[in-house]
This record gives sequence, C-alpha cells and structure tokens, in this order.
Amino acid sequence: MTQKIHPALIGFTVVVFFFLVGPLIIVVGSALSDTTYLTFPPQGLSLRWFANIFEISAFRRTILTSLQIAFLSTFIALLLGIPAAYALNRYRIQLPGWLATLFVLPVLVPELVLGFSLLKNVAVQFNTPIFLTLVFGHSLLVLPYVVRVISASLASFDFSIEEAAISLGSPPLRTFFTILLPNVRSGVIAAFILAFITSINDVSISIFLTGPGISTLPIQLLAHMEQFFDPTVASVSVLLMALTVGVMAIVERTLGLTFLAK
Amino acid sequence: MTKALSIQSITAHYGTTKVLEDLSLEVGEGELVSLLGASGCGKTTTLRLVAGFLQPTSGRIALGGIDLTRLPPYKRDIGLVFQNYALFPHLSVADNVGFGLKQRGVAGAEKSQRVQAMLERVGLAHLATRLPGELSGGQKQRVALARALVIEPPLLMFDEPLSNLDAKLRVDMRVEIRQLQRANGTTSVYVTHDQEEAFSISDRVAIMHAGRIMQLDTPETLYQRPANAFVARFVGFENLIPMRVVERDGAKITAEAAGGVRLTLGLEQFGAIPDSFTLACRADGLAATADAAREGIPANLGLRTYLGRAYQYQCDTAAGPLVANGPLTRPLEMGGHAKLVPVPEQCTILAPEVAA
Repeated sequence: MTQKIHPALIGFTVVVFFFLVGPLIIVVGSALSDTTYLTFPPQGLSLRWFANIFEISAFRRTILTSLQIAFLSTFIALLLGIPAAYALNRYRIQLPGWLATLFVLPVLVPELVLGFSLLKNVAVQFNTPIFLTLVFGHSLLVLPYVVRVISASLASFDFSIEEAAISLGSPPLRTFFTILLPNVRSGVIAAFILAFITSINDVSISIFLTGPGISTLPIQLLAHMEQFFDPTVASVSVLLMALTVGVMAIVERTLGLTFLAK
Repeated sequence: MTKALSIQSITAHYGTTKVLEDLSLEVGEGELVSLLGASGCGKTTTLRLVAGFLQPTSGRIALGGIDLTRLPPYKRDIGLVFQNYALFPHLSVADNVGFGLKQRGVAGAEKSQRVQAMLERVGLAHLATRLPGELSGGQKQRVALARALVIEPPLLMFDEPLSNLDAKLRVDMRVEIRQLQRANGTTSVYVTHDQEEAFSISDRVAIMHAGRIMQLDTPETLYQRPANAFVARFVGFENLIPMRVVERDGAKITAEAAGGVRLTLGLEQFGAIPDSFTLACRADGLAATADAAREGIPANLGLRTYLGRAYQYQCDTAAGPLVANGPLTRPLEMGGHAKLVPVPEQCTILAPEVAA
C-alpha cells in the first residue's frame, strides 16, 4: 500500500532542502577551485587551497588553539553545568521557578556585548592571560547550552531510582556516578557536541579576547579574508564543517543520532 | 535478621506545614502493618521518614532497639519497594537484583548464586539478562521485590507497590507479596490507599487522617468495631445516629435520638454504654420492615436499589437520612412507611467524640 503524496509538497521539500544544503555545496565547490580567487562553480579542480591552510603557520597555530579552547571550555561547562542541571531538576519543587530561566538567560545577551564586557571587565581589569580569558569566555558562552540540554534529559529521569539505589546502601555521590550519569549519558554527549561546536565556531566573543600571538581559527579566517580573497577561506570552512560532521559521525557510530531528537 | 520497628512521637513539617503530629507506631518482629488513608494523610511521609529521606522535627525512630533518626538513608539497611518500581534502566534484571549485594561487598560466585536463588523465588530466573524496559509491569514489580529482599533487610517497606498494575494482577501480586513476607518473616510496613488491599494483606492496619493514626487494629476489629466516627465512615458505616440514654433498667437501656425516636438496647450485646453515644452501622445493620408493631425507627422509604443479596432503601427519618436493607422476599414500596430495626450484631457503639 502506497500513500499518495501531493506533488507540491515534494516540490516544497526539495526547495527547502536546496535552501539548506545549497550554501554548503557552494562553499565546498569554491574550496576545490584551481583559481586564485573565490568563484563558483569551480574552475579546474585542485586541493591546493587545503594544502595552503597548513602552509600558513597562523592557521596551523590557530587550529590547535581553537581545539584546545573548545575542549577546555566544554569540559569546564560540563563540570559546572551537570551539577547545576541536576540541582535544578532534583529540587525543582523546592526551588523558585525563575531560577531555571536564569541559567538560560545568557543566551539572550548578544554575544558581542558579552565579549566586550569580558574584555573590559576581565581582560583589561585584571590583565589576565589571553588564552585563559578565551577559555573563560567560551565556558560562559556554552554553559547555558549544557545546562539546557542536560536538564532536558534529566526531566524524564525518575528520581525515585536514585532513592532506590541509596536505600540499597549506595552513598549519594556514588549513586550520582553509577546510577544517574549512565542514565543521562546521551544528554551529556549531546551537550558536549553542542558546546564543542559552538565554541569552535565562535567569532563574536573571541574577536574581543584574542590578542597578540593568540587567536582562534574563525578569527584568523577573518584576518586572512581582509588581505586575501583566495579560496583558502572556503577550504577552512570545509575543514570546520568536516570537523563537525566528524564529531557527529563518531557519535552516530557509537550511540546513534536518534538521541538528539529526544 | 528481622527486627521490630518503633516510631516514637514523630512530628514532621514540610516548610511550615505540619504533616505529621506526634505519631507513634510499633511494628513487631515479622509483623506486616499497613498505613491506610487518602492522599495527604501522611502515610508516605511516615515511610519516607523511616527510610531517612525526610527528617522529623521531633521524635525518634528505632529499629531493633537501635536509633535510626540521625542515620543517613544509605546506612539504614531497609528494603524499599516503590510504586513505579524504580528499577535501574541501564542494568539487567540480575544486576538490578545484585545492586544491594554489590554495595555490601558481596561479589563473585556468592553474589550470582544469591541473585539467581532470589530470581527463582519470584519466578523470573529466565529473564535475568533482560533490561527492565523489556518487562511487563508485574515482572518489574517482582524484580523490585527481589531487589529489596535479596539484601535480607531487617525491615521491608512498600509504597503503594501495586497501584500501577491492573486489577487482576493486583490481587495475584498481593498474595505473592504476603507469601514471600511470611516465608521470610520480615517486619514490613505497607503504604496503600486501597482498603481491600490493606485489610487482606496485613496483620494490623493503621488508618491515618491529617497526619495522625485514627485507629491501629487488626482488619477484623477495624471492620466490625471501629473506634470512632472517622474510622466508622472510612470502613463503610453509612448510619451514625447520635443518641443519649434516658433510662437504665438492668441489662437494658432505652436511648433517644433526635426527633424523639426511642430504641431499647441490650448491654450484653454492646457492653457498657455511656450516657451519650453514637449508634453506628452499615445498611445491613438496620432491617427495614413493614411490621409497624416492631420497635424501630419510623421511616419514609425513598429510593429502593437491588443489591443481589438484599434490597437497599434510602430512608428519611426523624433522626436524619439513613440507609437500610430489606429482605428479597418482600420488597417494600418506594414512598411507603416502614420501621428500621437495628440488628445488634451488625451495630457498634461509638463513644462521644472529643472535639478535635
């Protein structure tokens, strides 16, 4: 038995699909162009602009810096965010309702404002090292996502399971690691991916906090674009996309992506 | 292994709201006591206090003579069975049951042997490797029961364990729970709002209301001789007739209800009768008869309903609305007159209420 699908719906779906994927195709196409300027469709096929990324030392350095910052800030955000999300859900009845909203509020603050105020009130005020300020800023940036995603996964967690474990002789902290964490594992991984990708792609905060000698990949990309209009820009973008897809693929292999839809 | 539970004058608050007031309860070794009442009566609070998830404002809880009041819940060694099973979703049935043993340092062959033996007792040995998500409600509750029993706790507590099961399974499971509990001789506290369940499973039942125990007794006594108006209504006494004694004559008294209705009651049936009392009974404690010569409460008959074993009449009397039963052989006309004759063995005398 087949169900008739209205042709207009098929057409509409195709249009939306190209609207979403089109830009990606253009970027990938431009990156493969053999010309010294950005163009689409590509003229000639070459991987030399990918090689070019690694020939420019600033790109090599900033890729490493971006990865370090993404890992560190995501780790810090998880370290703070998981207990916060736990407390918000475990004691939801006792806690005031606005508290959960408070944890998501930073998302509403324009990142430019956050970046500028971090520069003025932290970096300049205390003369903190650039790298540490960047890690701090990115941790702040991704923390609300971590709290939100893990809260969503804790919302369906039945806390009487925790009480069952405690009544059977497991102290609260051990219960947290052996019972609670395994049951919100998918939420923790989703939060990790979201935070990691947000940090890797961030421009607005990093642009204020990067400084002499230390920059992140997107900022280096901007700096490069100001001087050159060659397909390196596109090839770096493809690299970032590949990184994101790579992370997703690992997750898909190990867990299946369906948990993201939960 | 099993120990007696002693709850001594516990008072508990949620914030500023008092939820338990000066509650005391003794559960003997191997005894099963139910806490029965509507939601909000304090029965679950009592259980959570004993489990250690809540702290009392004042009072003391002891198990086998040892004070538990300040002990954290994971050191209390109490087996808990929850309404929603609370199985660990990421662990197999065997690992769920073995969880408590693991915490006690039991490992290897001894652990798997005890888990296996317990699973056999609840009839789930063949499902040991399944995850909880693959089990039916009844199977889940059996796993929860096995998980609580395998640690051989001195006290077992049930929090509405059968509420999520369908009616047929509920009856089967409560028999199973009672058999396991008796076989192990484990002291047990069983929280439920289901009267039939509490009465069928318990040695004694505590009927609770507004944070206090209204009566603690055997199911038989509660059902036939409630101690006060609340418990009487709770166990289904529809007729509560306030009366006062107007004449004492040896083994008999004459008492008068509102509207001048007079009844003669024998002391050998009811024991000592105070000057002011309430006559309490179910519908089958008042026999409706057309015989106007009998001594009874004159009534106008309202709606008649068929119960299978009798007819039931909604009656309007000078002492207020009452419910009475009449024989199937002679149905009485709705709207007619009748006498309602108390059946002494179905009636009980309640002492006057102290204003609460």
